[in-house]
Amino acid sequence: MLKSNKIIDILIGGEAGQGLATVGSLLARSLASRGYEILATQTYLSRIRGGHNTYQIRAGLSSPRSPGEDFDLILALDRETIPLHGHRLESGGLVIGDQEIVDASLAGTMAVPFREMGPSRTMNVSALGVLTHVAGLPLDVVESEVRWAFSKAGGKILDDNVAALRAGYGWAEKQDKGRRGLPPPGRKKKRMLMTGNDAIALGALASGLKFCAYYPMTPATSIVLAVTRFSEAMGCVVEQAEDEISAVNMAVGASFAGAPSLVATSGGGFALMTEGVSLAGMTETPIVIAVAQRPGPATGLPTRTEQADLNLVLYAGHGEFPRAVLTPTSVEECFLATKRAFYLSEKYQTPVFVLTDQHLADSLATIPPLPAETGDAGPATADPAEVQAPYRRYALTQDGISPRLLPGFSHHLVRADSDEHNEEGVIEEDPANRILMHEKRLRKGAGMEQEVMEPHLHGGEGFQTLLVCWGSSRGAVEDCIDHLRSEGIMASSLSLPQVWPLPKSALAKWTQKAEKVIFVEGNATGQLARLVRAETGIESHGMITRYDGLALTTGYIVNALKGMI
Amino acid sequence: MSDPETRFGKYETAWCPGCGDFMVLKALKKALFEADLHPHQILLTSGIGQAAKMPQYLHCNMFNGLHGRSIPPAIGAKLANPELIVIAVSGDGCIYGEGGNHLMAAIRRNPDITVLVCNNMVYGLTKGQASPTSFQGFKTKAQPRGAPWQAFNPIAFAVSMECSFVARGYAGEVDHLAALIKEAVSHRGLALVDILQPCVTFNHVNTYRWFKERCYLLPSGYDPSSWEEAMNIAREDMEERIALGVIFKKEMPTFEERFPQLAQGPVAGRARVGPEIASVLSEFEI
Ligand SMILES: Cc1ncc(C[n+]2csc(CCOP(=O)(O)OP(=O)(O)O)c2C)c(N)n1
Ligand code: SF4
Repeated sequence: MLKSNKIIDILIGGEAGQGLATVGSLLARSLASRGYEILATQTYLSRIRGGHNTYQIRAGLSSPRSPGEDFDLILALDRETIPLHGHRLESGGLVIGDQEIVDASLAGTMAVPFREMGPSRTMNVSALGVLTHVAGLPLDVVESEVRWAFSKAGGKILDDNVAALRAGYGWAEKQDKGRRGLPPPGRKKKRMLMTGNDAIALGALASGLKFCAYYPMTPATSIVLAVTRFSEAMGCVVEQAEDEISAVNMAVGASFAGAPSLVATSGGGFALMTEGVSLAGMTETPIVIAVAQRPGPATGLPTRTEQADLNLVLYAGHGEFPRAVLTPTSVEECFLATKRAFYLSEKYQTPVFVLTDQHLADSLATIPPLPAETGDAGPATADPAEVQAPYRRYALTQDGISPRLLPGFSHHLVRADSDEHNEEGVIEEDPANRILMHEKRLRKGAGMEQEVMEPHLHGGEGFQTLLVCWGSSRGAVEDCIDHLRSEGIMASSLSLPQVWPLPKSALAKWTQKAEKVIFVEGNATGQLARLVRAETGIESHGMITRYDGLALTTGYIVNALKGMI
Repeated sequence: MSDPETRFGKYETAWCPGCGDFMVLKALKKALFEADLHPHQILLTSGIGQAAKMPQYLHCNMFNGLHGRSIPPAIGAKLANPELIVIAVSGDGCIYGEGGNHLMAAIRRNPDITVLVCNNMVYGLTKGQASPTSFQGFKTKAQPRGAPWQAFNPIAFAVSMECSFVARGYAGEVDHLAALIKEAVSHRGLALVDILQPCVTFNHVNTYRWFKERCYLLPSGYDPSSWEEAMNIAREDMEERIALGVIFKKEMPTFEERFPQLAQGPVAGRARVGPEIASVLSEFEI
């Protein structure tokens, strides 16, 4: 119901350990390299073997914003796929599975004799061969992706996989089930293919990242894996710390010494970092903290998605100090927001967050090429020759930003203190000094309010209903707006790529025009809605929430809106 | 600048008169002076506690962090700029208690930093609770029946892990302590110096007199490269005798040397984004 014919949706279901992600990513890469725009998302369980996982791909002639919900092609690698997802097959769609799993006599079904195509460990690649034909992709495009993926393994492994691909393709060619492909793409444009987490890593490296510490935690780990992959080329030190407390304290130490620093974690690990966040606030040390949310409380659903740590990130760390919270709304914006985070944290010498969730972190998408800008990046330091001795690390200034020097780079001494201190960094418990220093730090927050990332308005300036969301749900919300408008409903959406400082004037401007303001959030309590009301007095007229561990989708929002507008 | 106090300053402190920390500070200044180090070359990190105030009273770069967390910022700073002489200094509660995991991990990494622990066998700043190194049975307001736990033995712990440099000093022996700190700072690799430090206000068991009766200097023939010998020294009953000196030493590659990124000098202050970014990004082209 919500889909144009220029889009194809493919779902692959299977157990962990069956090579589902391999087939999925090879197919996604092939579609992208053929020239289609893609968005691939994954759901998986917190286990290495077994369980039921899915990999789904939406491909089209223009960039898909949100994942599909009804599928043109379903590949069942396990017995659970059809009972769980069979009802989501589009009319005219096709189910593909091993002949022992699917019923060949049903229409729209391809029962494949995978066992005849090669050893069971390459069954996933045979399935890819079948999909290649059915999806109307040229065999050579997919084969070169398979060769690329198995080139490291080489030898017999490479040969077996190529043979399996060809066997699957050859078999499918002889069937008369037709093809479900997309119209051929136009001239291929230059693009990039990456996940949200890749984009965060690249944004950090493109900002002059020189130090990264972490303790592994899904779904944030792949940020650090991407940084690690390029760490030697980019001269960035990466360290797996003994715990998150150490990770954040190491990063603060490295940043104090002059290395732009990043830590990456998820809610539970971030909870352990909170004292360190406060330390960065007090010592006025820049640090960027990437938090990829997953459902809590406690260990929660380790591999699922949720947007329930906004409150945690907004208020984490004891005491009052300025911070910024960026909430990128797409894979491309993960790069831009991370660059912004480094800019803000170096300029205002304070912690800045990039807050995402598993859905966005793992989303693989084609995006326009990212700019390779070279040149000076942080830390923004003063010229030691122009600084008077004794150097005052916390010099009182109008905007609260004190000229920064790095220890060891001149004869000036840099003295940072987590106790309340005077301008030189010496412990000082005098109330009058306390007021001066506290206000100095908070003035930096006022500066950050002047340069917030503006929200994205979608659907046009004339509307009766305004949906307000933040972070990863933007794509689903905007697709929902297009659908509503196609049915004559005057609705628009406002998506926030930054929730702190809050873009107050944009919120006031657009909500004023709406008869109804409805917040759409991946949590149960409406954390953004509460923040907006507390800060601006803007009331919501309704709330669409989701907290079952799955991402907000267009269909989910459209359904929830029934009766509301 | 012909003496330690001119070079490293003289400050008013918040310590009780007679506190062992005064002597540690004196020894530290002397050691740095004799090692021919200057304030701008040195970074002192610390946690929170009485001993952790030490960087406040010494003219050099300083990062006074959180309770228990003197070591992680020291390692972070050292990785960012290996040219800094990095010394973490804090109390026994801070380093052996709240931050114990960091000490263990630091020993495994072997960064070229020095860790000085002012071990007064009590929590000073929070007014006299038992610390990890308090003897079992040590009575405090918080432990009226005496500390119920076995005391932590930092020397045995560090030696068992083959920490690159393990020494014990005593605040009452300033010159000896200064020589130990000097050796620790010049040692390449993690150097742990456990410093017995009388707390005149909250520890009335392990007093100057108590230490004086038990401390002895390791004989000149003692060989710190023998792990077995070091373990024997480490396991001596402190109620009986307490060895002072370098107890264990082992040369090993430092943590920083394992990072090729650091081969061309510090990454700190080198935050240029070079042309390499183009080839990194191009890996994502499709
Ligand atoms: C996270 C945290 N927990 C507790 C404290 C309170 N606290 C400050 S110093 C200290 C213990 C000090 O003992 P020690 O480290 O042995 O140093 P000393 O004061 O004896 O030199 C404690 C518990 C704190 N500042 N931060
Ligand atoms: S309380 Fe003890 S450790 Fe602290 S300053 Fe006084 S004597 Fe020294």
